[in-house]
Amino acid sequence: MNIHEYQAKEIFRKYGVPTPRGGVAFSGPEARKVAEELGGNLWVVKAQIHAGGRGKAGGVKLARTLDEVEKIAEEMLGMTLVTHQTGPEGKVVKKVYVEEGADIKAEYYLGMVLDRALEMPVMMASTEGGMEIEEVAEKTPEKIVKVAIDPTIGFQPFHARKLAFGLGLGKDEQKEFIKFAQALYNVYMDNDAEMIEINPLIKTGEGKFLALDAKMGFDDNALYRHPDIADMRDLDEEEPTEIEAKKYGLSYIKLDGNVGCMVNGAGLAMATMDIIKHEGGEPANFLDVGGGANPDTVAKGFEIILSDPNVKSIFVNIFGGIVRCDRIANGILQATEKVEVNVPVIVRLDGTNAEEAAEILRNANIKNIIPATDLKDGAQKAVKAAKGEL
Amino acid sequence: MSILVNKDTKVIVQGFTGKEGTFHSEQCMAYGTQIVGGVTPNKGGMTHLGKPVFNTVEEAVKATGATVSMIFVPPAFVSDAVMEAADAGIELAVIITEGAPVRDMMYAKHYATKKGMKTIGPNCPGIITAEECKIGIMPGHIFKKGNVGLISKSGTLTYEASNQVVKEDLGITTAVGIGGDPIIGLSYKELLPMFEEDPETEAIVMIGEIGGDLEIQAAKLIKEKITKPVIAFIAGQTAPKGKRMGHAGAIISGSKGTAAEKMAALKEAGAYVVESPADIGVTVAKALKERKK
Repeated sequence: MNIHEYQAKEIFRKYGVPTPRGGVAFSGPEARKVAEELGGNLWVVKAQIHAGGRGKAGGVKLARTLDEVEKIAEEMLGMTLVTHQTGPEGKVVKKVYVEEGADIKAEYYLGMVLDRALEMPVMMASTEGGMEIEEVAEKTPEKIVKVAIDPTIGFQPFHARKLAFGLGLGKDEQKEFIKFAQALYNVYMDNDAEMIEINPLIKTGEGKFLALDAKMGFDDNALYRHPDIADMRDLDEEEPTEIEAKKYGLSYIKLDGNVGCMVNGAGLAMATMDIIKHEGGEPANFLDVGGGANPDTVAKGFEIILSDPNVKSIFVNIFGGIVRCDRIANGILQATEKVEVNVPVIVRLDGTNAEEAAEILRNANIKNIIPATDLKDGAQKAVKAAKGEL
Repeated sequence: MSILVNKDTKVIVQGFTGKEGTFHSEQCMAYGTQIVGGVTPNKGGMTHLGKPVFNTVEEAVKATGATVSMIFVPPAFVSDAVMEAADAGIELAVIITEGAPVRDMMYAKHYATKKGMKTIGPNCPGIITAEECKIGIMPGHIFKKGNVGLISKSGTLTYEASNQVVKEDLGITTAVGIGGDPIIGLSYKELLPMFEEDPETEAIVMIGEIGGDLEIQAAKLIKEKITKPVIAFIAGQTAPKGKRMGHAGAIISGSKGTAAEKMAALKEAGAYVVESPADIGVTVAKALKERKK
């Protein structure tokens, strides 16, 4: 789960990670009020969406008067921001963050993420603040310093020193930086974060470090022990169909093709998308109905797939293990009674009691339901059906 | 022969008396697995499915001589269960539970490694040595005995692959579902050499997916050390970037962890890389025929 910049900064402050002062606003006048309370004569108005690259897309703007704060906020709210991370459809701005202006002497990058190969968190720093870290890693990898932190010893000063030297920081700055990095490690570990990115991290004229931006993602499996963070979930940032699917224990991701898929198991679901492509079609979605494919989940699956008007055929690909295929076949038939399915449904059931299942489907004799003998046959039929050739 | 487990392996179950633990323990016993007891705190002294229940893993190991533990406890208690098993001298923990926090697994795996305990999973179907020993939740009957080793991140894709292999009149030595979480126990780099050394295994199927770089590490190892044919399929060739595809670890971050990258590395290492998941079985048959020429 990801959260907004203003929420991440709230968490940062709790742990003593310094950030500029600021407040969230949902309207122009509210933004003005936040700026007024902050005082000063320079503010930054920042669109709050879950995507990077906001600056280039016009989602981060400077204001020198309160009138300007209000005007910018009003323009930004309701606007659709398209950045390299939002996809071409962009994201609608529903709130802005108004922050005091900062005295920027230098910009850096500081981030934390799990290194899956080392099985420990790594902290990464770079002098190329403000740049996409991916791009830095590709073009000038020598400009990124990394330390892996063994969680059984925790974050030690030597970890921070290695990063500080890598950034070329002087002796006095190091002290400040070590404090900052230690606090950031605590944020990461205490909250079961999956990723933290501060880009840029700035050094002010006074030699202080401030998190000018903040991005955080969390391990969904650990949210049960962080109810305060779970409450930060912004459903506006997620696909409504994906949320709906999750309620029923289904894992759904919409794609751009026209062959709908319903599969049990994540790996087989991905493989089903792959074989549709391999046979000349385009998958419309990823859908894992989980181990217990029963009439209710299958019916919900049909409903969700069919909410996408592009879908021209559906490939149901189930490998029955402990759940027997004959039961699943009956489940599919019951599901078609609950939901009107008006496109061809190609059903491939393999595994335990596959033959009985095939017979159940044949005997039901529903014109939209077309049995397939194996994975390949199913994929080919589904692709043909989507093209209107079946 | 086989790897890791066989008909003589003694297994205890942590989370033995729960609903999942009970159902799958019964299935494993019906398959022939020697389940010698279970652990459920505060239920020590009970008999469940005809086997003794213990309060601690230590007691269970002492009384039964078990070397393997199958873990079914709820996600919040997984790391505790794994560390308890490691502490009690268990040699292999098979963690079936789905949804364990990554931070917990990080600590648990560190401790297991320190204690010399191997782990499989979490969030996996388990391990099966065909017609001898099933420790997990897979449908046992689709794994006919044969000469093909199988390593897979995905459950149902493991069944699919085994089914295809069996349709070619071949069979399986041992199949290991390693799981698709960000931190997992045994993976390709440990299991490939075990299959290489197993005299009965003549070919190895490896099923990977997007995310992480375990398959890239495997490719290096295959090139340097594996002489038996490796047939590889990577799921997620059509997966979009930045989306988590069901498994917690199945995500392309930036441009890292794509199927294309992994397939290229494996091809370069000399593996038979299968593009369509329907071609796994036929490619195994082809590889074995070529090898025998």
